Amino acid sequence: MPQTTGERYRVAPVHRRGREWPFPLNLYQTAVGRKWVMALTGIGLIGFVVAHMIGNLHVYEGPARMHEYAETLRTIGGGLVPKGTVLWLLRAGLLAMFVLHLHSAISLARMSRASSEQAGLVSGAKKYPGGRDHVAATYASRTMRWTGPIIALFILYHLADLTWGWWLDDDFVPGDPYHNVAESLGNLPVAILYIVANVALAWHIFHGAWSMFQSLGVNNPRYNHLRRSLATLVAGLILVGNLSFPILTQAGLITEDERSCPVGEVIGNACLAEQAKDH
Amino acid sequence: MSGSNGTTINVTLKVWRQAGPDAPGGFEVHQQAISTDASFLEMLDQLNEQLNDDGNEPVAFESDCREGICGTCGVMINGRAHGPQKATATCQLHMREFRDGDEITIEPFRAAGFPVVRDLAVDRSPLDAIIESGGYISVNAGAASDANLTPVPKAAADTAFDAAACIGCGACVAACPNSAAQLFTSAKIGHLGLLPQGQAERWSRTEAMVETMEEFFGSCTNHGECSEACPKEISLDFIAFMNRDYLKAKVKNRSLAGQR
Repeated sequence: MPQTTGERYRVAPVHRRGREWPFPLNLYQTAVGRKWVMALTGIGLIGFVVAHMIGNLHVYEGPARMHEYAETLRTIGGGLVPKGTVLWLLRAGLLAMFVLHLHSAISLARMSRASSEQAGLVSGAKKYPGGRDHVAATYASRTMRWTGPIIALFILYHLADLTWGWWLDDDFVPGDPYHNVAESLGNLPVAILYIVANVALAWHIFHGAWSMFQSLGVNNPRYNHLRRSLATLVAGLILVGNLSFPILTQAGLITEDERSCPVGEVIGNACLAEQAKDH
Repeated sequence: MSGSNGTTINVTLKVWRQAGPDAPGGFEVHQQAISTDASFLEMLDQLNEQLNDDGNEPVAFESDCREGICGTCGVMINGRAHGPQKATATCQLHMREFRDGDEITIEPFRAAGFPVVRDLAVDRSPLDAIIESGGYISVNAGAASDANLTPVPKAAADTAFDAAACIGCGACVAACPNSAAQLFTSAKIGHLGLLPQGQAERWSRTEAMVETMEEFFGSCTNHGECSEACPKEISLDFIAFMNRDYLKAKVKNRSLAGQR
């Protein structure tokens, strides 16, 4: 709560500035700098989501091509580095971006909450006891702090589901993504969970992909009208692509019925490797 | 006044009353019969005269020029900063915008940086603190004729003038779900940073004003409510301009190697 002091009836600062860190790090001490970090990591994360979605489209080409795609990811960098090195570096970068995106979002949300608290009113999110009218804010922009946590929780579920195989137990075969996807998304409640999470993701990106232009100061009157269109396009592409997986699995398009190779560890699955070559 | 076309409407006012900064507040309900020719603040004046006549404490609210150029007035009217009419300060809002039988909720602008002084009056001195930290130029602009000798590109002059239209009323902060003051600060930074006379302090100004702003206010999430509430329709483009200049300022203002 702000205290008023002095003869001039000055409002005391709500947030205290700490000691300044050395140059590039001091950017992260300020909200405007943190929005830069949030926007830049947002671009990286959108890039990942798009690449992940496009890569997963290989599932429609059958188990052999999906296997080939999974193998390709592990052999990025060719023979120059041990197998999987580049993939692990990409994963580390992804994790770093995710952590920075989350930390900046949470700390800025806390800052905004503290800036909205008023004496005699319920603390927390901005409150007008008489109610307020949102004119410009979109539903997406006002729900960023809901869609964000939904996506974060979903990512944990998704990793446990299709990377670590916690829930599929014996049905989970490491290294046979086609089989695992068919097993997991063939389950109706799981498919519904994926649909809900991906709607939240597209919703989040619909605001984020527009908002990042403002945060980065990318603003040119000649092209400004394209920013909203671009955000809609990116969010729409991600929505359509990602929703296709649970929906088409439920529709029976991703199925093990016509599979000619045995389910199993891809490394050494000679049958799948052979099929991929013939493709 | 001659030539009045106004009719009289009856409105129910729900007015926020609060005795002091730390006192508990609440709504008080009053009925008013008012001409549609009256301005919103004249309606509050009429209410206060009644309250006075009845021996009650009048509603504290701020106003000065009452022609939309000083930025002193400003209340939340039915959940919108400065009320329902776009590009209009509270003093320029007229009762013809309301209908007979309307209920009108009137609240102070709210933010932690805007503590309530009394009723509808809030302390907006943090906006002054932002201005003091960098909202000036140290160039001797000379007399009027000398100032005109500095060439200013037309586009820069126009844009700087759009930013300079900001009257510092604080509606942007009040309307912002994050209680951020980005629109106000960026208008001031844009106004001076676009003009040749403002170049000398451009980077120190941007850094100082942004950091003072962040001592009092929240973080922008690009909702756009501020620009919608702004009586001068300051554009969100200035926020992008400020964000870009802030990063440049941080790069330019850093101590060079060995000096720290």
